Amino acid sequence: MADTLDFELVSPAKLLVSEPVSMVVVPGTEGNFGALPQHAPMLSTVRPGVIDVYKNGQIAKRIFVAGGFAEVNETRCTVLAEEAHDLSTLTRDSVDARIQAAKDALQEADSASEKAAATSKLKVAEAMLAAIA
Amino acid sequence: MASLKDLRVRINSVKNTRKITSAMKMVAASKLRRAQEAAEAGRPYAVRMERMLGNLASSVAGTAGAPKLLAGTGKSDVHLIVVMTADRGLCGGFNTNVVRSARQFIRELETEGKTVKLLCVGRKGRDQLKRDHADKIVQSYEGLARKGADFANADMVAQKILADFDAGAFDVCTLIYNKFQSAIAQITTRQQIVPFPVPAVSVEANAGPKALYEYEPSEEDILTDLLPKNVAMQVYSSMLENDASEQGARMSAMDNATRNAGDMIKKLTLVYNRTRQAMITKELIEIISGAEAL
Repeated sequence: MADTLDFELVSPAKLLVSEPVSMVVVPGTEGNFGALPQHAPMLSTVRPGVIDVYKNGQIAKRIFVAGGFAEVNETRCTVLAEEAHDLSTLTRDSVDARIQAAKDALQEADSASEKAAATSKLKVAEAMLAAIA
Repeated sequence: MASLKDLRVRINSVKNTRKITSAMKMVAASKLRRAQEAAEAGRPYAVRMERMLGNLASSVAGTAGAPKLLAGTGKSDVHLIVVMTADRGLCGGFNTNVVRSARQFIRELETEGKTVKLLCVGRKGRDQLKRDHADKIVQSYEGLARKGADFANADMVAQKILADFDAGAFDVCTLIYNKFQSAIAQITTRQQIVPFPVPAVSVEANAGPKALYEYEPSEEDILTDLLPKNVAMQVYSSMLENDASEQGARMSAMDNATRNAGDMIKKLTLVYNRTRQAMITKELIEIISGAEAL
């Protein structure tokens, strides 16, 4: 049995991560789930949150994603993220600015669709804040 | 015969043209590199999304509750064609090829008795189609690719497509764009995005013991999330491809133009020198025969 699985993190702009890892913990919509090698095939939506990448029993990387989809099978875990940042590159100031921008957008939104867009932006920004806290 | 002065002016003007075309070639070449990188970087996402969706679609297809974006509206009377072109010309057959393919597609559909609607992305496509298909254009966008393809712009176009679909304005949606292959080869491609074409590989998958996927939340929930994203993604990746193709087409068109200008300068210089020599000879003959006559 292989003791690693290929983890791939892809955003629309590019392939961000593609490497063998021992485990990933993905923030699914219905709760976090860990994917180990030989995991049963699964598709899940991803909520804004942090993906923990484990190598040799230790967290090797923590990546913030702003929602997307995850596909897991025996040998592979693919996450399609709309937006992804390494947690170490996020700073308190930039996140605060994002929350403020989202709140402003929410205030100025007049149509239902604009409001929904602003609300989801705010949720992403708040999840970001929770991630770095 | 053209006078020496005329020839000189002509040679200078061709030289200036050559300067411009060779500068445009350089600019296109550097833009091409960036656009090509972007297009290649964007491919993995599109490929994986298609794989994921294909997986999901083949398991949901045929069930009654399948979303409209996947199953279609049950008819194919109204077609929406998204014509993706550039905002600027001087790039060889780039825009013309897309427009020609669109025209042909419109003809095909009309002979089948379907209604056609057009959505133009890019100024050149709109300008060319306006002449004979003005009544079919429902919306046109321009200036979207000024700074390279941008997901936000693609999303905006996709939202318009989805809103129209929800309103029942069309049944089938097809993108026409240039797929980037190399700097000298771009392939005009038609791609259906609504309803999502379920890949034919499901036959092969059925042959073996097919892995059953677990879905979290339910299949329907994921699909209703994934399908609109896929439309946006397809629009985005076609924009990326188009952007790279445009720069490639412009680069080779300008390369040709530069070479032609060089040839022309050579020919004109030859004529200029001959004419100059002929005039000198003529003057000499006049002087000599004048002296002889005395």
